[in-house]
Amino acid sequence: MKPLHTIKDPAREARIVRGRVIAACFGILVLAGLLVLRMAQLQVMEYEHFSTLSENNRVKIVPLAPTRGLIYDRNGVELAQNTPTFTLEVVPENVEDMQALLAELGELVEISDEDGERFRKMLKKKRRFQSVPLRFRLNEEEVARFSVNRHRFPGADVHARLTRSYPLGASAVHLLGYVASMNEEDLQRVDAAEYRGTTHIGKTGVEQAYESLLHGKPGFQHVETNAQGRILRVLERSDPVPGNNLYLTVDSSLQAVAERALGLENGAVIAVDPATGGLLAFASTPVYDPNPFVDGIDSKSYRNLLASPERPLFNRALNGQYPPGSTVKPFMGLAGLEHEHVEADHEIFCPGWFRLPGRERRYRDWKKWGHGKVDVTRSIVESCDVYYYALAQQMGITEMHDYLALFGFGARTGIDLHGESAGLMPSEEWKRRAKGQVWFPGETLITGIGQGFTLATPLQLAMATATLSTRGVRLRPQVVLRRDDTATQSSVDLVPETMDTIAPNLETNWQVVINAMADVVHGPKGTARRIGKGATYRIAGKTGTAQVFGIAQDEEYDAEKIDKKLRDHALFVAFAPVDNPRIAVAVLVENGGSGSKTAAPIARRVMDHYFQEVLEEDDEQLILTAAEVPGLAAPQASRQ
Amino acid sequence: MSELQPLWTPYGSLSPSSTAMHDRRTLAQRLHIDIPLLLGLLVLSGIGLAVLYSAGGQDMNLLTRQGIRLAVAFTAMFVLAQVSPRHLFFWTPWLYAIGIVLLVAVLAFGDVAQGAQRWIRIGPLNFQPSEMLKITVPMMVAYYLGGRALPPSFMRILVAGVLVVVPTLLIARQPDLGTALLIACSGAFVLFLGGISVRLITACAILASAGAPVMWYMMHDYQRQRVLTFLNPEQDPLGTGYHIIQSKIAIGSGGTYGKGWLNGTQSQLDFLPERSTDFVFAVFSEEFGLSGVLILIAAYLAVVFRGLFIASQAQDSYARLLAGSLVLTFFVYVFVNIGMVSGLLPVVGLPLPLLSYGGTSLVTVMAAFGILMSLHTHRRLISE
Repeated sequence: MKPLHTIKDPAREARIVRGRVIAACFGILVLAGLLVLRMAQLQVMEYEHFSTLSENNRVKIVPLAPTRGLIYDRNGVELAQNTPTFTLEVVPENVEDMQALLAELGELVEISDEDGERFRKMLKKKRRFQSVPLRFRLNEEEVARFSVNRHRFPGADVHARLTRSYPLGASAVHLLGYVASMNEEDLQRVDAAEYRGTTHIGKTGVEQAYESLLHGKPGFQHVETNAQGRILRVLERSDPVPGNNLYLTVDSSLQAVAERALGLENGAVIAVDPATGGLLAFASTPVYDPNPFVDGIDSKSYRNLLASPERPLFNRALNGQYPPGSTVKPFMGLAGLEHEHVEADHEIFCPGWFRLPGRERRYRDWKKWGHGKVDVTRSIVESCDVYYYALAQQMGITEMHDYLALFGFGARTGIDLHGESAGLMPSEEWKRRAKGQVWFPGETLITGIGQGFTLATPLQLAMATATLSTRGVRLRPQVVLRRDDTATQSSVDLVPETMDTIAPNLETNWQVVINAMADVVHGPKGTARRIGKGATYRIAGKTGTAQVFGIAQDEEYDAEKIDKKLRDHALFVAFAPVDNPRIAVAVLVENGGSGSKTAAPIARRVMDHYFQEVLEEDDEQLILTAAEVPGLAAPQASRQ
Repeated sequence: MSELQPLWTPYGSLSPSSTAMHDRRTLAQRLHIDIPLLLGLLVLSGIGLAVLYSAGGQDMNLLTRQGIRLAVAFTAMFVLAQVSPRHLFFWTPWLYAIGIVLLVAVLAFGDVAQGAQRWIRIGPLNFQPSEMLKITVPMMVAYYLGGRALPPSFMRILVAGVLVVVPTLLIARQPDLGTALLIACSGAFVLFLGGISVRLITACAILASAGAPVMWYMMHDYQRQRVLTFLNPEQDPLGTGYHIIQSKIAIGSGGTYGKGWLNGTQSQLDFLPERSTDFVFAVFSEEFGLSGVLILIAAYLAVVFRGLFIASQAQDSYARLLAGSLVLTFFVYVFVNIGMVSGLLPVVGLPLPLLSYGGTSLVTVMAAFGILMSLHTHRRLISE
């Protein structure tokens, strides 16, 4: 190694580096010169060429939004469609005097203050080259009037686009949901590439839950535009793939009957096919029209919807949580029988009240003078509370909780819609966790009659009833019967999904309970005997009346005297035909007073329609023969 | 490792200097800020924000985010400027070693983003180790060469080569060819500044061109596509070539004086892809024309020449080599980006420093200038 490599010579080193820095400076100047020359070549020498390209020939890639899949009911009745609507849009760049333009346009088409305000807001967000919508949903007359005068407004134009609409209006709105303009949150959640060109997204209901299937895939168009950005020619096009068409399990006529039957009451009706878990009706009242939401509902109407004491936006079927009241009694009775706390013919005496040993407080029966001697069948038929106070005390809260949980109480049903509420099936552990308190024995008693902390959604009640009707098969509720992929010409049908199967201890226990439920409707003393009259099929049902507020120890409940808001909720659960169940129904009427008077007739109307109008001919034959069998036929294998 | 230990260190031990003198320094010197450099960087950042406002469709949110990034980057610069070269020198081999470990870690279990593994998560932070290597590689080579006599012997050049090639290959594996080449460049610049012979440089150049076919073989499909597109953009006008064609139209149609701020039709009408990031220069050229371009290039050159002046004024070889290499790498960024946008070079995903929207590389660039300021303002008192 040469010595000059090992001995440090600071002065020499500084010289070396400086020399190289100077060399680098020359290199940099040369390269920078190269860049400048290149820029001069592009911007001066070839300016004409590029300027022409820029002015005239602009190839632009325009995304093509896919057509959203349509939604039908099970018979092909359109529930959600895409209708062409006309929008008046303005390109700010081409407008000299915006105020004057708006004033002149206002003479031709109606432009409300709301429209003007939204337009001004969007104007700030968009670029001057971009078209800003001024008025949505022009009618044909307005389109015609504008078209004649179009030459006067160089910056304005009418665009046709597909808008989502719901032909049945408010019917089934809580099931269908609606689409609306995408907001910031939506934009961040979705894959931007998939949503290029798309303006709307499903916000609630099926529209939200099946967004990915309904949406489709965007296509692209290579277009030539002029200097203003107007499309001159389409060069190349790859078509968008439309979204899947959905056929829902609901029958729109049955849905309409359910909604009509609820009438002006606030409530919910769920009808389900116990064999598949497919929902036949999904009603929550009051309803509202989803159509105004699509292009942005005006804030006043929205405020009114929000402020309405009837709470129309609230989905009672999915999110309404109510004490199930006496509708839990069949499940409780079954628990008592299956766990051998009682036998079918075991009787207790009901004096009209029940008292915990060594306590003063009386837990009252709804029948002031008592039912007398009561066995499990009578306890269901006449809805005796005392029987269940005694049974609950014997079972204890833990056993009750565990058995009712088998039917889905206190857990989400797993329906294919978003945001379902779970209800509540209380337990000692739950109370410790949620309230930080120990469980009191009195709470066990009232849980036994479906009061206290217990809460269930109408959907949960319907599914629990369906599970009872099939002797223990718990299915997942589903709302989509079939989805058609129009692009691949393929379709997928609903596959029933079993969540759980409850193994009966003794088959006859189930039959006892189901028979008792049949007597609720068809027996001479049944609480819902009024709806049994004239029925061409046998119904098994149970009424329920859920207390909204507590009554003091010695006070009496008088429906006439108290405020409607504080009146009891009316409930009714049922399935039919008893031995070959084709439909299970849960009805809830908020502050409806009594289950037998208010809720049960609604269920009857829904079932009547289902058996008389909806079911096909051959099915009807089968049902009638089953109903014609005198008495109660032996349990048939009805687990499908 | 002992071979890597410097035979001579310009800073003695790390123990604090006992020299206490009357402080005659200016405020800028006390804050360890180089005013001309800072001015140049501020001017470029200002231009950057103005162009971004236009390129991003006058989106104030975008501008605010970039403003925050700039603030972070300038803070990083300011903080690094306070670190004395003694500490930098002392920590160099450690930082380098950590960088290599992190690179290996990224390959082993980094996050995959857009088909490439570049990120590693440390707690809440997403960290790109290759960015760190952009600074630590030239530091390490300068540490190695500067701690010994210059010009380096052939053996030392080989060792330095290994110091550069290892991280380069690791980053190329991610794959991030652009960054890998930049890091190789920064190492090569140290060697160049260290005075390796012209003959060797020529030999390397010949070797490199001979190695081009090998490179071609090693490239990923998308990288090959970029080179092919560069050679003939018109063959694929709606695919990869679209970028270059639209970018050239934007630049060319800007003419001498440009279409005016916010009035560039190419960029405003969505013809120009990636106009806020890699292709921001095209937006600038369209709106400000050749006159604007000349001013912008002049601003970059001012920063580069000031940096090279700092390098030549530095008091020891480590500082000179490091400063020189960082500045030359900065220029390579500018040159490659403008070359790529104007169709002189193939499309490699390199941002235009201080103008392109984006955070990571911005912080790295400003950190490099922080080091430059530190080297310039922590002058040892004996020379005063």
